[in-house]
Amino acid sequence: MSKKSQKFEGDPNTTGHEWDGIEEFDNPMPRWWLWTFYATIIWGVLYTVAYPAWPLINGATAGVLGWSTRGDVAAEITAVEEANAPINAKLEAAELTAIAEDPELGSYAVSAGSAVFKTWCAQCHGSGAAGAKGYPNLLDDDWLWGGSMEDIHATITHGIRNEDSDEARYSEMPAFGRDELLEKEEISQVVNYVMSLSGEPQDASKVEAGSVVFADNCASCHMEDGTGDRAQGAPNLADAIWLYGGDYGSLTETVSNSRYGVMPAWNTRLTEAEIRAVSSYVHQLGGGE
Amino acid sequence: MSILDKHKILETNATLLLIFSFLVVTIGGLVQIAPLFYLENTIEKVEGMRPYTPLEMAGREVYIREGCYVCHSQMIRPMRDEVERYGHYSLAAESMYDRPFQWGSKRTGPDLARVGGRYSDEWHADHLRDPQSVVPESVMPKYGFLEEKKIDGKYIGDVMATNALLGTPYTDEMIEAAQADFRAQADPDSDYDGLLERYGEDINVRNFDGQPGVSEADALIAYLQMLGTLVDFSTFTPDASR
Repeated sequence: MSKKSQKFEGDPNTTGHEWDGIEEFDNPMPRWWLWTFYATIIWGVLYTVAYPAWPLINGATAGVLGWSTRGDVAAEITAVEEANAPINAKLEAAELTAIAEDPELGSYAVSAGSAVFKTWCAQCHGSGAAGAKGYPNLLDDDWLWGGSMEDIHATITHGIRNEDSDEARYSEMPAFGRDELLEKEEISQVVNYVMSLSGEPQDASKVEAGSVVFADNCASCHMEDGTGDRAQGAPNLADAIWLYGGDYGSLTETVSNSRYGVMPAWNTRLTEAEIRAVSSYVHQLGGGE
Repeated sequence: MSILDKHKILETNATLLLIFSFLVVTIGGLVQIAPLFYLENTIEKVEGMRPYTPLEMAGREVYIREGCYVCHSQMIRPMRDEVERYGHYSLAAESMYDRPFQWGSKRTGPDLARVGGRYSDEWHADHLRDPQSVVPESVMPKYGFLEEKKIDGKYIGDVMATNALLGTPYTDEMIEAAQADFRAQADPDSDYDGLLERYGEDINVRNFDGQPGVSEADALIAYLQMLGTLVDFSTFTPDASR
């Protein structure tokens, strides 16, 4: 191997390292690079003084600026709450039915309620509030527990058939098939009768017998004409709107095994102002009474 | 310069280089990790935390097996948008019995740290069976097979014993009664007094999936319905310095 040095005139000194005849120039770092490097060191030291950093015996240094993640989020939320405090206080103090009459309060309630709805309600009732099978449509005039502001407000506050609130709306339909309260044939008859209330029965010959079964077992909650009773959340069976389906199979399932729709109580998660806002939003969707 | 000259010894000896590299990495690790074990404010004390019941533990196992953590986080960060959407930001203590924790790092679906009590059991059953039936915009796959897979909790005591070994405060009594408690929690007609005595009065005892028998869906829904519900935040004052 050639040991001839590759060094030329004007080349900087070498570092003194030499591997298999390869030497390394001792070039200085560019000045701008060095100053940037020193600046980052100074920045790093100042940063650990200003912000929480060094672990000590019981905790870490707090930093002279006193900043903390938790303090930051609390301050941000407080700022929003303070900005909304006057109108939220007004919302909480107003009569429920008077909210919509005040243009400023009404439009604030509806837009705030729309945000609450999309965050907390849309998963069951749909982002457009049209509901799904088992989760009521909030756009129509058909209400299980009432569609006035007071009713909607009470439903949202305490929920339905949950374990969170003692004041939750409650009712329970018997499982006529599972608990052997009715014979299979009787269930078939009453289902045909219920279908006849709003349309065509599957088997018209059973309707008359079904009406007797209905009067004996169902009319106390769903009323004699089948129009339901909101005080018990008993649905109107005479319209063509069905929560769990109005076909023969779905109705047989409902009568046999009952249904037990649950809605959480929202006063554990939402403020009174938020509940009033979302009540206003739901009320103005189309079905409000 | 004499000590720098000795550097050549390291540079020319691979074994020595390895040993000294390891030493340097160890020092770095100790400085970053060791304080977490002695600092008193690493995990703040909160009231209400309890170990998972056998059924919830089984649900957690299903959660991990199905890779739910790949799309759902369980970590509400201290930011206004997250706090307003999901509830109070997560505390370290809320994961104290999670081995491994399920914080996750990806949110294709929403955060689940406080999903407990947010929806009804029926919603969870519907949603697992066919997510699009309740949330048409959802891209979640269907998990209907969970409600068909019946489980008897035969091995859940072993899982709890392993967790006890790692420090979760399961008593011998809890581990012994694991299978009985497992069945009792999914059956509101059973005698579940022992379960409440061992784990607390607030345990949800329901037929979570609405079908006879105990299925994996029962276990998973029981787990989801208690997530984030243990700490009572109306009595909790966060220490802002953390």
